[in-house]
Amino acid sequence: MSAPDYPGLDTLALHAGSQPDPATGARATPIYQSASFCFPDSDYAASLFNIERAGHVYSRLSNPTNAVLEERIAALEDGVGAIATASGQAALTLAIMTLMGAGSHIVAAAALYGGSHNLLAYTLPRLGIETTFVDARDPQAFASAIQDNTRLVFAETVGNPGLDVLNIPEVAAVAHKAGLPLMVDSTFTTPYLIKPFEHGADIIMHSATKFLSGHGIVIGGLLVDGGRFDWDASGKFPTLTEPYAGFHNLVFSEEFGPAAFIQRARKEGLRDFGACMSPTTAFHILQGIETLGLRMSRHVENTRSVVEFLAQQEHVSRIGYPELEGHPDQPLAAALLPKGCGAVFSFDLKGGRDAGIAFVDALNLFSHLANVGDAKSLVIHPASTTHHRMDAAALAAGGIGEGTIRLSIGLEDPRDLMTDLKQGLRAAGKVAAKQTVTS
Amino acid sequence: MKITIDNNSVYCYTNSRDIDSDKPSIVFIHGSGMDHTVWTLAARHFARHGNNVIAVDLPGHGRSAGAALENIAAMADWLKKVLDALKVEATAVVGHSLGSLIALDFSARYASRARALVMVGTIVPMPVSDAILEACKNNDHSAYDMLTQYGLSKRHQYGGNRSSGIWMVGSSLRLYERSKPGALYHDMKACNEYQCGLERAGAVECPVLMVLGSEDRLTPVRGTRPLQEALNHPEVSVLPGAGHTLMMEAPNALLDALHRVL
Repeated sequence: MSAPDYPGLDTLALHAGSQPDPATGARATPIYQSASFCFPDSDYAASLFNIERAGHVYSRLSNPTNAVLEERIAALEDGVGAIATASGQAALTLAIMTLMGAGSHIVAAAALYGGSHNLLAYTLPRLGIETTFVDARDPQAFASAIQDNTRLVFAETVGNPGLDVLNIPEVAAVAHKAGLPLMVDSTFTTPYLIKPFEHGADIIMHSATKFLSGHGIVIGGLLVDGGRFDWDASGKFPTLTEPYAGFHNLVFSEEFGPAAFIQRARKEGLRDFGACMSPTTAFHILQGIETLGLRMSRHVENTRSVVEFLAQQEHVSRIGYPELEGHPDQPLAAALLPKGCGAVFSFDLKGGRDAGIAFVDALNLFSHLANVGDAKSLVIHPASTTHHRMDAAALAAGGIGEGTIRLSIGLEDPRDLMTDLKQGLRAAGKVAAKQTVTS
Repeated sequence: MKITIDNNSVYCYTNSRDIDSDKPSIVFIHGSGMDHTVWTLAARHFARHGNNVIAVDLPGHGRSAGAALENIAAMADWLKKVLDALKVEATAVVGHSLGSLIALDFSARYASRARALVMVGTIVPMPVSDAILEACKNNDHSAYDMLTQYGLSKRHQYGGNRSSGIWMVGSSLRLYERSKPGALYHDMKACNEYQCGLERAGAVECPVLMVLGSEDRLTPVRGTRPLQEALNHPEVSVLPGAGHTLMMEAPNALLDALHRVL
């Protein structure tokens, strides 16, 4: 007798969490577009409210369509459970609010999505939660920044937009030594490229708007609990290990063991902050996840072609793709991301900000917008858009220059992408040439 | 609630309530390598319905200290000590898998203390394959993999949990991974070596309910006939679609079934 193989990623992406609809036999997961759900009798209702039975009460708390998506991402990440949220930002906020309150502190990588940086740097301090930002490439910097009141270590699997590859095993070891969980944002990588729990992360968040969906038609987030962090042993998380007056003195670690975090997040955070996902959104994200493996493979293949093309262009001064020889994270990327480093990367044009603007404006096939992970190729100039609230020092810490361009490579024919990029490079080259003449 | 038995701290989940001598009591016993959390939903339910609930962590499991006990009789004797310490005279005893054997042995040998016996995911005898025993002995992760994969029905390998967002495969693995080294081996060995179960079944005097999963591959329904015949007219409830891990796979149907004797 030996254990059969677990289902593979492509199989789980199609099947995990879903069964033929018990009411109709529908094979596709139905959209249960209902705010609430009937109780057969009063005792049944009481048992649902008191967490004695499994079932649905109100779609802010749980919903059958969302439940399929939640199980699916938990399966793909090998976690114990997950929660679907209104956006990736909602997932990040839900995690933080579940773990800590005023007077707490977070250690986060400096290379973060601008929205995450805004939350940590500007909004949470108003609620008494401070963040120290550190170099994502330096595990010792995480260790040095940890304080007595630190409650979370947070970083992206590959930083936005510079693709700093997070040394998850080392940063997780730093966090665990201090009795802290490591949460990673795996939006750029998805479980196709890396499974952070296998490397020591404890919590994963996704903006499901991006590669998980692939179609760019919905906003959504996912929060996944790995179930391995020992909250009781840490002793730093009373929300999970002490009686909760808001639920009849329930102690989450006592009653839910490995699922303490995700259960508290649902029973409190989703209930009180209310940043739930629409069932229709969950349905759309499920359609995207069904083809995750196929799409990510093609995303990476196309990206490698584009990176190779750009590396040969005279107007390009730097390409931040960790698979390239000479990239500071190349060995780490080879170890942690053997299937590829994703399809979002940045590069610098000679000619700085003006060249960057000229480049973006000259593109036709690439869509100029604030998103990544679409099936269509996208472009943006971070310094003037996604990261515009960051000053020069913060930009530099995040690996962003005035002329940095971020590309999200889609699923088009790569020859067409390169044709379009040539147009942009010609425009950028003219700007750079003028600057040379002027100077 | 924590008490001390044989100089070791013992954890009992009681829904944060004291034991009330005026209320009926129900003891819940977890399976091999698990802990009290597998009974959270049922314990919460019966606590609200006016019962003392006592979901124990066996020695060396969950929040209980000490070494895992070596055999089923020792576990049943330990359970009696727990009830003595809690001043619980008669109680319903609900056990899953390993826990069902402990409940059976306790109900037979301490008949006056058992007012009802519920055996969930059970079979007697309960042989364990050499491959599983060997993996458990070596504290090898393949033991957790085998028990998780054979513990869930084939359908539930892909989920479909009634509890929103909880992935059953991951939940099962994490519980096994939390077990103290050697505990799972002692549990499985105790199951494998328990040869007097049918004899004990004949001595049970209280009402008995067996709750089985129609798709159980570890303790298959078809193998429970000797136990059903040895017990005195047990009620048998077979939950459709469920495997061995009934508390996760069919929590609501299990709750409904438990109401037949509790």
